[in-house]
Amino acid sequence: MKAKPRSLLGIEPLDSRQILEILTLAKRMNPARPRTTLRGRRIALLFYENSTRTRTSFEIAAKSLGASTVVIHATTASIEKGESLKDTGQTLQSIVDAIVIRHPSSGAPILLSRLIEIPIINAGDGMHAHPSQALLDAFTILDHKKSMKGLKIVTIGDIFHSRVARSDAHLFSKLGARVVFCGPDVLLPQSALELAPGVEIVRDMEEAIRGADVVMMLRVQQERLSGMQINVDEYIRRYQLTAARLKLAKKDAIVMHPGPMIRGMEMTDEVADCKQSVVLEQVLNGVKVRMAILATLLGGKR
Amino acid sequence: MSTILLQGGHLVDPASGFDKPADVVLRDGRVEEIAEPGKAKATPDETLNVKGLIVAPGFIDLHVHLREPGQTHKESIATGTAAAAAGGFTSLCAMPNTRPINDSPAVTRWMQDEERGAVVNVFPIAAATLGSLGEKLSDYRGLKRAGAVALSDDGKPILDDHVMREALALAAKVGLPVIQHAEDTKISQGNPMNEGATSFKLGLRGQPSASEWQMVERDIRLTSQEGGRLHVAHVSTAKSLDMVRLGRASKVNVTAEVTPHHFLFTEESCANYDTRYKMNPPLRSAADRAAMLAGLVDGTIDAIATDHAPHALFEKEVEFDKAAFGITGLEIALAAAITELHHTGKVSLSRIVELLSTNPAKIVGLTGRGTLAVGSIADVTIFDPKKRWTYDVAQTRSRSRNCPYGGMQFYGKVRVTIVGGKVVFSEL
Repeated sequence: MKAKPRSLLGIEPLDSRQILEILTLAKRMNPARPRTTLRGRRIALLFYENSTRTRTSFEIAAKSLGASTVVIHATTASIEKGESLKDTGQTLQSIVDAIVIRHPSSGAPILLSRLIEIPIINAGDGMHAHPSQALLDAFTILDHKKSMKGLKIVTIGDIFHSRVARSDAHLFSKLGARVVFCGPDVLLPQSALELAPGVEIVRDMEEAIRGADVVMMLRVQQERLSGMQINVDEYIRRYQLTAARLKLAKKDAIVMHPGPMIRGMEMTDEVADCKQSVVLEQVLNGVKVRMAILATLLGGKR
Repeated sequence: MSTILLQGGHLVDPASGFDKPADVVLRDGRVEEIAEPGKAKATPDETLNVKGLIVAPGFIDLHVHLREPGQTHKESIATGTAAAAAGGFTSLCAMPNTRPINDSPAVTRWMQDEERGAVVNVFPIAAATLGSLGEKLSDYRGLKRAGAVALSDDGKPILDDHVMREALALAAKVGLPVIQHAEDTKISQGNPMNEGATSFKLGLRGQPSASEWQMVERDIRLTSQEGGRLHVAHVSTAKSLDMVRLGRASKVNVTAEVTPHHFLFTEESCANYDTRYKMNPPLRSAADRAAMLAGLVDGTIDAIATDHAPHALFEKEVEFDKAAFGITGLEIALAAAITELHHTGKVSLSRIVELLSTNPAKIVGLTGRGTLAVGSIADVTIFDPKKRWTYDVAQTRSRSRNCPYGGMQFYGKVRVTIVGGKVVFSEL
């Protein structure tokens, strides 16, 4: 038996049993009914990148479990003065019980976990991983579908820059879904095929979406393009989710988006607001799943 | 100066076609005599029993970063050359990316001053352009007179076609090779690793192999037009080697070196964001590594050079994309070559000596070195090709420990290093 993990660095190290345990626990979590599981625990939210959704979600989750939180932004004095991640981590270690970290550099949480002893929860690192988002995506899917096995889950758009797409693919693959990526060459290199077992690439959006159970739309991360050229009109023409395209998916297909969503770019208003869209459920589920993550990693004896 | 007899060893000197047991006499800094075992005429002051060991011309590293002047928190000429001696290198060609950049005869001379405390020979490679900015050529004649053996903007490529043309033409006139770090930075964008499935998985931006081979292709084309000698530093992609082969086939004067890490490892070593595997050029694909091994066997690659690039812990123990490029390697180069190339039956020991001594001496024109023919300079490396050992990076003589070799098992250990007839390292 694997040792119980104390850190959540990515989806890759987890097995399907550990994943399902968190998802099962999340069903019992509700921010409106606070618990005392983590009373007296101090959690640092170390955010080197701006984030509204994830930071708020983790903060509410931690507080709903009775923990106290402190938010540290990249603009914090010591970090702006050039303090290394190692020193910031070692400093925090002496005063908090766990660190939730968001960082623009891929692998930063893994580095931090090698340098300090307390649990590290990855709240998104560069283009690498966003495990809590993947868990909440899976939770949302399982809210609508009996099982992940055999589902066709299509992710469309800027896969290359997306830590969500990577973590989702690992998770969906571990639970037995078909993971179909769709996007233009520059945003979806062929090497994505080797990401996880069961990953497929379909370049044509109509073909990709046909018969899908889940359609996950991604934002084009303009801020990370670094020189890549995207023709917006062309992109919209080929990859925007419209009502007509959505009709190609299964009747009961759900539409997801990790946010922030740009209406008129990756999807039309009509689709964003349609009944099949579960974008707002994802947000509420995010708090429940993060409560389950924190309770699993930090709950129990000290 | 004393007379030393190296007794009972096996002499491997590809330059003179020698590969058999022989006793070697060194006197006054030169090779005095090569004799059949037990038949040396000289009366030595000192006899080294080197039975069972290989006696080879001293190794020459075409590519090291000694960090002095300016960055002695990483390395100094004294510490770097001490590590070199332990690795069997009797001569180092020192890259110019120091602080200040070595683009002047004054810095070139300063680096060779006795005051620096070098224990092996240091031959500066001077910057090909002022400040290595890739714009204006430095003073090639003055640099050569000051002792520079080659020109390079290593770490940075000369991107501008016109400047590269001028550099090749002037270097040809002066009689120095141009060493190019082949990387089209417009394509590679300084990205931290090779582009491929591993970089995608890690969410790191990659350097496509085209950023290297397209530059090699251009440089060979320019060399064929301007003449002169081009040496391709740390080749890392299969396609770059194809370009070298094509260039040679059309009689272009081009040579190439490979580092131990590019024939030992692949990009997959980066899988856990381990910055000890971050260097430039980056570790490439398994196919590229296989091509490096093939090139070492078939002769396309002329030399093994370490690209010894020391960095302090605080420059490496950071986020992968922010970590400094480069690893140390002086102390394990021979062992890496023997373990990966000879122990596996791919090449002879004579070929390894060729890669580490004979050919590097020719590439930078070190007359009297790279051979142990009678009359040549008494730079000698004596090693045990069968010795199995584990590298302990904590014991390194370098000031830095940024390499992944700690704890690795190797075959082949340097036993004695002699520079100009003087023993500078001994584990006899």
